[in-house]
Amino acid sequence: MDKFNSLKGIAAPLPIVNIDTDMIIPKQFLKTIKRTGLGVSLFYEMRYDNDGNLIKDFVLNTSPFDQSKILVAGDNFGCGSSREHAPWSLKDFGIKCVISTSFADIFYNNCFQNGILPIVVSPDQLDQLMMAATNQIEFSIDLPEQTVKAGNHSINFEIEEFRKDRLLQGLDDIGITLGYQDKISAYEEDKKNKKPWLFKDN
Amino acid sequence: MSNQGPKTLFDKIWSEHLVGQREDGTSLLYIDRHLVHEVTSPQAFEGLKISNRPVHRPEATIAVADHNVPTINRQNIEDPQSKIQVETLAKNTKEHGIQYFDLMDQRQGIVHIIGPEQGITQPGMTIVCGDSHTSTHGAFGALAFGIGTSEVEHVLATQTIVQNPAKNMRISVNGDLPFGVNSKDLILYIIGKIGTAGGTGHVIEYAGSSIMGLSMEGRMTICNMSIEAGARAGLISPDQTTFNYIQGRPYAPGADHWDQAVEYWSSLPSDNDANYDHEIVIDSSEIDPMVTWGTSPEDVVSVKGLVPNPSSAQTENKKKSIERSLEYMGLKPGTKITDIKLDKIFIGSCTNGRIEDLRKVASIVKDKKIASHVQAMIVPGSGLVKKQAEEEGIDIILKDAGFEWREAGCSMCLGMNPDQLKPGERCASTSNRNFEGRQGRGGRTHLMSPELAAASAITGNISDIRDFT
Repeated sequence: MDKFNSLKGIAAPLPIVNIDTDMIIPKQFLKTIKRTGLGVSLFYEMRYDNDGNLIKDFVLNTSPFDQSKILVAGDNFGCGSSREHAPWSLKDFGIKCVISTSFADIFYNNCFQNGILPIVVSPDQLDQLMMAATNQIEFSIDLPEQTVKAGNHSINFEIEEFRKDRLLQGLDDIGITLGYQDKISAYEEDKKNKKPWLFKDN
Repeated sequence: MSNQGPKTLFDKIWSEHLVGQREDGTSLLYIDRHLVHEVTSPQAFEGLKISNRPVHRPEATIAVADHNVPTINRQNIEDPQSKIQVETLAKNTKEHGIQYFDLMDQRQGIVHIIGPEQGITQPGMTIVCGDSHTSTHGAFGALAFGIGTSEVEHVLATQTIVQNPAKNMRISVNGDLPFGVNSKDLILYIIGKIGTAGGTGHVIEYAGSSIMGLSMEGRMTICNMSIEAGARAGLISPDQTTFNYIQGRPYAPGADHWDQAVEYWSSLPSDNDANYDHEIVIDSSEIDPMVTWGTSPEDVVSVKGLVPNPSSAQTENKKKSIERSLEYMGLKPGTKITDIKLDKIFIGSCTNGRIEDLRKVASIVKDKKIASHVQAMIVPGSGLVKKQAEEEGIDIILKDAGFEWREAGCSMCLGMNPDQLKPGERCASTSNRNFEGRQGRGGRTHLMSPELAAASAITGNISDIRDFT
């Protein structure tokens, strides 16, 4: 998995609440069997008109935001489906960090599987960062220090230690769990005796 | 969470499935059943291949194609990408020895319909699927939640998932449901009350006499939309209604283990004095038949109500959000909900595509005709639901009324197959999401119960079942 340590750049403001996974990557792009190539379709219905032409005033279609690595968005970002295509499309576009007041659980989790850092800030902090993003002030994000800096603003954010470590080191989660194979087997043996109906395998 | 003292249903299932702690402090939770569909699994199987890892326990996984499948002429999937995705699932499951219900199998259907229907879903289990509506299975007292594709790969490789415990929320609904109000109205009301982020970080346990009085179908509708309230999982205590539903189904415990299983299942309901992080109590008499007016499932209103005015919003953000929704929905503030004219009716989905839903619709539209300006489509949740409906003559009643009778699948709930709304079309839908573009670009979705959708099909406007004769 990709590592995440620190990041500097312009942030794109998207002041909409409840940005759902259908908005991030609409259904027609879920038919792929690959993880890559979805960036061009990110926010498809907001980015392109019915004829497939770029909608010029959508933030990610305007310079310099079309090069943003950071997104600042309204409350409850990523609500809706479990589609990992949402973080895949953000990542493929180049977004490595999303800042909001809250994230839907599955989306939040999916970000960490893909080297994307979701940062939760307070509503007041979001207002400040949204303004800074709109004014094209450079953001500086430091994961080891857990800070977001933009102009005069310096914000500390919370992140669970294991998630932070995984991003910093780019760890292979499955590889780690396979290290507990003995425990998994022991669990299965125990349950085969105690709850045999669960092992009347299909 | 302590191991001592009173426990919630969630706490009990959690501790039963804890394999151990990893060094990073996270918990490894054992997964009893893994459901797989064509959209969120190909990259997971590809990941296994790249890392040369086998599937840990293929027999604990069951696969079906549902999202992409056409509901007519299904022998031939015209969309080449959809076809590849379905074929990829067939190939991957064959390669790893995973049970797959193919498109010609009568057991094929929406993954969250067929799990319960086959008796795969049982109380006390942990169940995951790369699909957010996995919460449906919580109706049986199983801890069931949606996961991303990386986690699908993790479960395939290890039969476990890395988790930290969720918080406990209990929503109790008490009293007899008023006439015309059913499980869909209940859950829409709850989402309206707590908001689409209200359950974030929580598992919601639904309790109270209104909930426990529901059939399994009704309970599934409630748990299904837990995700629309922000909760990854919903739970309802298993009881005799649950056991009766499961007994005799193909994958249910057989006679050799039935009593042992029921004894265990009976130990699962939350202890009386268990502690919840949040508690909400609702009196069912305050609930009307509910309809969504906007583009988030929290945008709900009584069918007797009006389209809201942005100026009444309490915050600037909420005001902007209402304005955006109204513009997308093509609605004016103050419009009576029952004055909203419809173009399409969609009855189906993992929320309301079960036999009980179809029976309700049939009883309402029997000997009537749908309004001349609407197109109405009914998509059974599974091949077996369809078969049962046909045995009961429901298909004839619906076709006589003017409904299109389709093959099973997710269909226009998300429009990955050809069943989609056109820009500007307005739909009464029994599904679960009214997001912008969800049912087709520019399409306008009003979520409601099968009863309301059926009545609305006949009148051509959003209609109150209580006024409908």
